[in-house]
Amino acid sequence: MRYPVWRPAVFACAASLPLYWLYLGWQFALGPDPGKVLVDNLGEGALVLLLLTLSMTPMQRLTGWGGWLAVRRQLGLWCFTYALLHLSGYLYFLLGGEFSRLGEELRERPYVLVGGLGFVGLTVLAMTSSRWSMRRLGKRWKKVHRLVYLIVILALLHMLWVVRADAARWFLYAGIAMALFFLRVPAVTKTLASVRSRKGRGE
Amino acid sequence: MLIKIPASGECRESEVTTEAAYLSRRQILGGVMLSGAAAGLPALAKASERYPGVTSAPAPKWFTDKLASARWQAVVPDGEAITPFADASQYNNFYEFGPNKGDPARHASTLKVEPWSVLIGGEVDQPGRYALEELCSESRLQERIYRLRCVEAWSMVIPWLGFPLADLIRKAQPHSSAKFIRFETAYRSEEMRGTRSGFGLIDWPYVEGLRMDEAMHPLTLLAVGMYGRTLPNQNGAPLRLVVPWKYGFKSIKSIVRISFVREQPITTWQSMAPQEYGFYANVNPKVSHPRWSQARERRLPGSLFSTKLRDTQLFNGYAEQVAGLYSSMDLSKDY
Repeated sequence: MRYPVWRPAVFACAASLPLYWLYLGWQFALGPDPGKVLVDNLGEGALVLLLLTLSMTPMQRLTGWGGWLAVRRQLGLWCFTYALLHLSGYLYFLLGGEFSRLGEELRERPYVLVGGLGFVGLTVLAMTSSRWSMRRLGKRWKKVHRLVYLIVILALLHMLWVVRADAARWFLYAGIAMALFFLRVPAVTKTLASVRSRKGRGE
Repeated sequence: MLIKIPASGECRESEVTTEAAYLSRRQILGGVMLSGAAAGLPALAKASERYPGVTSAPAPKWFTDKLASARWQAVVPDGEAITPFADASQYNNFYEFGPNKGDPARHASTLKVEPWSVLIGGEVDQPGRYALEELCSESRLQERIYRLRCVEAWSMVIPWLGFPLADLIRKAQPHSSAKFIRFETAYRSEEMRGTRSGFGLIDWPYVEGLRMDEAMHPLTLLAVGMYGRTLPNQNGAPLRLVVPWKYGFKSIKSIVRISFVREQPITTWQSMAPQEYGFYANVNPKVSHPRWSQARERRLPGSLFSTKLRDTQLFNGYAEQVAGLYSSMDLSKDY
């Protein structure tokens, strides 16, 4: 395995965070409404992981280090895992396991629907993330995985709908997403690559 | 649609009688529930003795004096466990101090609550700036244990200390033209860090309002304390409103201005998102909200193992006392 330290380190970091939150909840250290805190943390965590996943390619272009790409799929799968836990937390803590109320939630609360669509998208990406799927889908794989940009927009919309009084965090994430989108404009990508090659030649 | 608005300048003897009858009945219920154990406590009992885990705070002399003659447990809900003080004082929405639940407890100590005065104005005979102790000088402090239902679908049970808003209204002597009361929270950007956020969506100061008959209702309380002590800053010190049958955001905190007005005031949340927050904001499990289902609520504190979800009651369980105020209204329209 290439990067024998780096990859397990990323794995350990991503895995330990939800476990730490769970431990805090266990210790009554998350306040009087621990379920809500867990759901919020997991949702925000999933969004951060989504943005991190998207920043691996520009990082590799900027620095030339292959380690970024080596953890890209892993980070994407962590994003899916956090989103799955976020959804489960919502169903257990906020809906109280009453699935009969899910229909009403989807109908009357658009942010739930938008979040749900984003999750469906993430599921598709997670299911087609294996090497086998990549071979199987061939050229279409890239097309399918462009879905990630739509998922970012859905996730941001989902969060914006929940923001009540202060949108500072939302603007931070939206700004980062905009920057990551911008870095994918072909002209910008080219410039980025030339910056690196100049640096590489020591100019 | 006919909305009956009683002339507010009248003395309303009837309301006083109702209140007394109501309170005495509740007192009996409370006494029964607590087997008289707590009800028999001497009035001088200290806050820390009344409720476990209450941090003591320095209180102004007028408050300590009033506490000695306070009527404890004047209103007690049936079969409800009181939320621990730590939770009620550390899990707050007070956006002037930040957007997260823990922000008010962390940052509200910067608010200078003494001395405090309230500007009373509008359609009244006795306008002017009143010192807080002046405002409650003639009222006896009462303890009222109310359910608090937040629009975010969580709830607590809190023992408030205060006096009926009706006392203050009588003192201010409003004209019959005053149909509503408008309340305003202090807005001091140097003491309230939340108001300095560049991405805040709220237009300060925070404004709330009540219709005159709601304001006169015996359940409507002006609180100056909770858990047998003064209000912690994060809970709206030194003077806040408590309207137990409405969503928590109606119970405006740290009040500096009370105006008697002719027109329905434009309130903060309603002006920000009118499709989400109505002026009345009565707790109603049948009126849905685009962010939170209002059918159920999480009674705090919860834990990972028990979500403590329960059905939300119409008017937060105070329908018997307040439903009459809205008998001619369509609650799904006037939410």
